[in-house]
Amino acid sequence: MGADRVDVNTIFEGYGASGPAYDEMFDGDQLRSPYLRLRDFLETMTAPELVSRVESLQASYLNQGVTFDIGGEERAMPLDILPRVIEMDTWSVIERGVQQRVRALEAFLADVYDAGRVFDDGVVQRRVITTSSHYHRAAAGVRPPNGVRVHVSGIDLIRDNNGEFRVLEDNVRVPSGVSYVMTNRRAIAAALPETTAQHRIRPVGGYPQRLLTALRAAAPAGVTDPTVVVLTPGVYNGAYFEHALLARTMGVELVEGRDLVCRRGEVMMRTTRGLAPVHVIYRRIDDDFLDPVHFRADSMLGCPGMIDAARAGNVTLANAVGNGVADDKLVYTYLPDIIRYYLAEEPVIRNVDTWRVGDREAREEVLDRLDELVLKPVDGSGGKGIVIGPHASAAELDELRTKVLEDPRSWIAQPVVQLSTVPTFVDGELGPRHVDLRPFAVNDGERVWVLPGGLTRVALGKGELIVNSSRGGGTKDTWVLAGPVGQLDGARRSQRQDGAQ
Amino acid sequence: MMLSRIAESMFWIGRYVERAEDTARILDVQTQLLLEDGNIDEAQTCRDLLLIMGIEPEDAADRLGIDIDQRVGIEQVLRLLAYDMASPSSIAAAVGAARESARRAREILSVPLWEVINTTYLSIPSGRFGGLRPPYAFQWVRERAALINGTADATMTRDEGWHFLMLGRCIERADMTSRLVAATSLSSGGTEQWVSTLRACGAYEAFLRTNRGRETARAAAEFLLLDRVFPRSVIFALNRAEQCLDEMEPGSTRTGFRDEAHRLLGRTRAELEYRSFTDVLLDLPEEMETLQGTCAAATDAISRKYFAGAEAMSWKGVMQ
Repeated sequence: MGADRVDVNTIFEGYGASGPAYDEMFDGDQLRSPYLRLRDFLETMTAPELVSRVESLQASYLNQGVTFDIGGEERAMPLDILPRVIEMDTWSVIERGVQQRVRALEAFLADVYDAGRVFDDGVVQRRVITTSSHYHRAAAGVRPPNGVRVHVSGIDLIRDNNGEFRVLEDNVRVPSGVSYVMTNRRAIAAALPETTAQHRIRPVGGYPQRLLTALRAAAPAGVTDPTVVVLTPGVYNGAYFEHALLARTMGVELVEGRDLVCRRGEVMMRTTRGLAPVHVIYRRIDDDFLDPVHFRADSMLGCPGMIDAARAGNVTLANAVGNGVADDKLVYTYLPDIIRYYLAEEPVIRNVDTWRVGDREAREEVLDRLDELVLKPVDGSGGKGIVIGPHASAAELDELRTKVLEDPRSWIAQPVVQLSTVPTFVDGELGPRHVDLRPFAVNDGERVWVLPGGLTRVALGKGELIVNSSRGGGTKDTWVLAGPVGQLDGARRSQRQDGAQ
Repeated sequence: MMLSRIAESMFWIGRYVERAEDTARILDVQTQLLLEDGNIDEAQTCRDLLLIMGIEPEDAADRLGIDIDQRVGIEQVLRLLAYDMASPSSIAAAVGAARESARRAREILSVPLWEVINTTYLSIPSGRFGGLRPPYAFQWVRERAALINGTADATMTRDEGWHFLMLGRCIERADMTSRLVAATSLSSGGTEQWVSTLRACGAYEAFLRTNRGRETARAAAEFLLLDRVFPRSVIFALNRAEQCLDEMEPGSTRTGFRDEAHRLLGRTRAELEYRSFTDVLLDLPEEMETLQGTCAAATDAISRKYFAGAEAMSWKGVMQ
């Protein structure tokens, strides 16, 4: 028995968490305290056991249809078997930081689509907003029923080389990924029941109820028992799995644009009993496709008349139309000032250092250092258009330089941040892989609630820094511990004895 | 009350799962017959099989990429009716379509129901189903269908969604049983043939017990068409379909039936039940074709009434 037991020294041998990136499990040779129990558990495993658990984990995701779509092909979401552990105190900073961020973004959006004090006071130039393709005149002057525009948000965090969490970007339009937070937990609890039980992990299953409460709270005035629906682009959308899961777990209808029709300024859905009114639409369709009357006339995904119904206050769209001005990568650079301006607080979580290439002085420095910086298009998402200087060829850099000079306002630059690493089981061995974290927040108008966990995305390729699932990334279950890790030694000893019996 | 589009999906899940199962039953018996009885003309059996399933010889040749006068063997029939995903009449295609419908109705399916449909489907692209030979392939399909139906039965609330699922299943079953009956009477129509048809419906033992062991062609046809308590008989399926329609529109009026599908199914059922069976037997294939026509017309009526709202709406932009 002793012979085929995985010696942790073996399994972590050549783990190779060196280099500038912060490893969340190891500090050099030293184990970091949140991972003690997990390490102890791994000591009790044999190699074939771990591999067979990985296999049944993968099979369970395929059978359950936990998938995403790439170019029409349905794939199981890769889920790494090793969870990421975040201790209580670290999490409480993240929680406060995310709440602060969402409150500031709400205040900013309310202002931008109303009086625009932030421009008059010189915090942000008006030009920054009006030149944004996400600014929608249709949203101006609309006051949402309970004041909420950012019902759901995903604030992307990374951990820099010192282990400090930083905000990489804000997502306040239609952030996705929360379904994987829930399914990952169930799958990992099934794959590693022993160690799941040994940790005190904060649960994530309450998300749909929180979301439903927030959506109901956002109902138009006078509607006491609102009908809430989830609006999906349809079965071929990459996140369809998530849309269906949210509708199912909230117990509401999942509608497509063709299920909806607008009559006399109200949105109705087509049912077997005729048309039925809809009051709150949790829409998972981008602004541009919502309503062919106002936006893209060729869109078949939305429903003509929906924007007017929302403007008339007969239906609430969640998230609100026009939120894109707030999670623009250029506005991101102003967020610390925006937080100070509206909340009179210092940011709890700092931004990643960022240059606005549109600023003249910054531009020269950035152009000088293209080969060591990361350049990001202001409008892009999902890792699209990003150029990582040190990984780019001379030709790619030349092409980038031309593009940047043509339209500097469309770019920001950041130093190459070595995202932190977490042990990940790839091709039968453990290695450090880069991760980010997307905590999800739900705003019901009373308070901003942050789901304790969030989505950890992991770049499965060695040294790879782009974690998006569309670029071959996977996910990890993220364990936020409910208690301090202080009395670990006792727990550890007794657990060792159990193993010996 | 439910979304029209979801109601439509439920109806087609019911139909496609039933179609996959019934196709497997038909193929199971026919392939066994070919093995057991050396006197059967394989080419003729193959032509009949394709005809029952509504594939004309030209279509078959076309799909197989052969000349129309070329002989079609059982292997090719199995490709068209069982394994080939691209052939719309195949078991594989029916399972794929059931799963596609389930994917669209996923938020209202119970998790276990979705999973049994999904794992059944996954056996097709993974090659597992293709690797199974008759009769194991057909047994597998029957078992998966039983698992899907049983899971639906055990986990679904008896609301509209359930009624649409059952409605789809019953209409498909009436249709498929009628095809089997027609095929049997088209071929020699001897007692042997009828026994195999009974077996295809899982009805042989029930039939023997009911008729105290006497096997006659007439009794077999009567059993499959008119038995009120055997669940795969045409009458049983039609009755259940009518019940579903009833439950979807409770509080019926004192006179007649307002629902078009209900009228169509009820009239056909009465025709079968209230005419003398000798009369029905005179031209069984013709009768069965009428029945299949009724099933198609009823489906149209149900679609118009309940699913019409789901029709894709085209929007002409005002900015063009």
